Amino acid sequence: MFEQIIPAFVVGGLICVIGQLLMDLTKPSFTPAHVLVLFVTGGAVLSALGLYEPLVKFAGAGATVPLSGFGHALAKGAMEAVDERGLLGAFSGGVEATAVGIAVAVFFGYLVSIIFNPKG
Amino acid sequence: MDLKRIGNQTVVFTNPSVILSSYSVVGPMEGKGPLGKTFNKVWPDTINGNPSWEVAESKMMEEALEGAVQESQVNKNEIDYLLAGDLLNQIISSNFAARTMGIPFIGLYGACSTMALSMAVGTMLIDGGFARHVLVGVSSHHDTAERQYRLPTEQGGQRSMSSQWTVTGAGSLLLGRSGKGPRITAATIGRIIDFGETDTNNMGAAMAPAVADTILNHLHDLKRSPEDYDLIISGDLGILGLELAQQVLKKNGLYFNNFSDCGVLIYDKSQDTHAGASGCGCSAVVFAGHILDKIKAGEYKRVLLVGSGALHSPTSALQGESIPAVGHAVVIEG
Amino acid sequence: MSDQNHRPPNINITPEEYQELAKKMTPKPTILKNIILAFLVGGLICAFGQLCINIFVQLGLAREDASTATTAFLILLGALLTGLGIYDEIGKYAGAGSIVPVTGFANSIVSPALEFKREGYVMGVGAKLFTVAGPVLVYGITSSIVIGIIAYFLR
Repeated sequence: MFEQIIPAFVVGGLICVIGQLLMDLTKPSFTPAHVLVLFVTGGAVLSALGLYEPLVKFAGAGATVPLSGFGHALAKGAMEAVDERGLLGAFSGGVEATAVGIAVAVFFGYLVSIIFNPKG
Repeated sequence: MDLKRIGNQTVVFTNPSVILSSYSVVGPMEGKGPLGKTFNKVWPDTINGNPSWEVAESKMMEEALEGAVQESQVNKNEIDYLLAGDLLNQIISSNFAARTMGIPFIGLYGACSTMALSMAVGTMLIDGGFARHVLVGVSSHHDTAERQYRLPTEQGGQRSMSSQWTVTGAGSLLLGRSGKGPRITAATIGRIIDFGETDTNNMGAAMAPAVADTILNHLHDLKRSPEDYDLIISGDLGILGLELAQQVLKKNGLYFNNFSDCGVLIYDKSQDTHAGASGCGCSAVVFAGHILDKIKAGEYKRVLLVGSGALHSPTSALQGESIPAVGHAVVIEG
Repeated sequence: MSDQNHRPPNINITPEEYQELAKKMTPKPTILKNIILAFLVGGLICAFGQLCINIFVQLGLAREDASTATTAFLILLGALLTGLGIYDEIGKYAGAGSIVPVTGFANSIVSPALEFKREGYVMGVGAKLFTVAGPVLVYGITSSIVIGIIAYFLR
């Protein structure tokens, strides 16, 4: 029940620290949106270099919950689909692998937005 | 006709306008601040039952304008111009408020300096014999401003230490040619000064040079010195901007012990606003209540109000442009 | 008063000098405090995610499915906390600790949609759901495609 929780905590925390340093030490025009884009792309690149999968094996959610994990899922999906389908897989693989995440984000995002109102 | 213009940028009025009445409406955060008791009305929340924050801001401005008219007991038919402005695109809050007021309308945009700007232009209209009475008002609203200029209010992000909190507030004055009340006796219209600040979260640093430039020219034009005023107060330089402006003026041989800022006065440290307040409403509500009260009580005989405005747009900021700023000064005497 | 050419005075400071002064006097972010809080909150969210994965596995899901289900659950949680007006309160202290996890992604989807609700369900909510999510998807999917194409030609 509690296996991998400590590695998840430590690795997840450290990945967030990288994000915090980026936000604090760069120009103010570097918004949260820029951080997220950097992390998803970074995760994809690290995944392609074979560096992210070992992190997932070691830290579980500590590597998959940060947005770099989403990038990893995208890249991994694309590479696996290329093995199965060839060139078409490069296009289909990423989106297919992360379909649940994207659909959930759109669906629940929409639901919550129409139910609630901003507090200011 | 003799020119009333003196020096580089200043006008001395031969028929100063009289501030016949004032009215301020603010949100709950301003009501809980150190100046809470000086405002005419405090809303229980920032929307007050209106369908959107934008409608709420317009309604708040209407309340302030109506309030000033009621307090003065002047007939609306005798008010010749309404001068108003706010922070939103196309100064839409003012347009809708003016629709309700029904007075010939001149919309002004000076960002957070709009109050001082309107007081100057309004007095020019009265001094030149163009108006019997001029109604002046501005508003700002924290949530409408964040939505337009910055990030969504429910987004979990951190504000920088130099950022300022936009005041939810509307302030209004009714100016006339005669009567009892403090008078606006001179005005210095500022020119745009841009020293290359690109951080829209550091408005204080962006505006300080413009305010310093206007104060320098004002004092030079009138051959006055800081001691000739009981209070010199900027609109919303905030804690950092106020310091920077004083440093810049020191380099020009000017030292002040009477230089304050509305953005520093309106909130206290416990309200966690970092560098202080900003917004058109800031200078308007602090002047309409706190400062005007002190002038009427005789505590301040001569005040220099220097509105400070950052004249960028959300698009210009995204394109990496720097922030052009301006400072407008008006002299109010009791 | 006849028209005269006045000028100066000019404030006696160059833009470069002023930039130096402003930089010196602008308060710096409390980096150490921010890092510690980002670590704690980010770590906690990930630890919670790990707990969810473990529970899903115990309930019989395969590892990959458990991970996907947890991601979906965290997105829902992030969206809900944003709607309740709680997520920005956390974000004030946690900084990257609340932005980087996928809950932060959900927050960045819901917050602009909430904000622009007044402009209607199509151009308001519908369009604004993607103000931040859009770039993430564009760059994420594009990276994966580029990587896929490179992988194809390398094999």
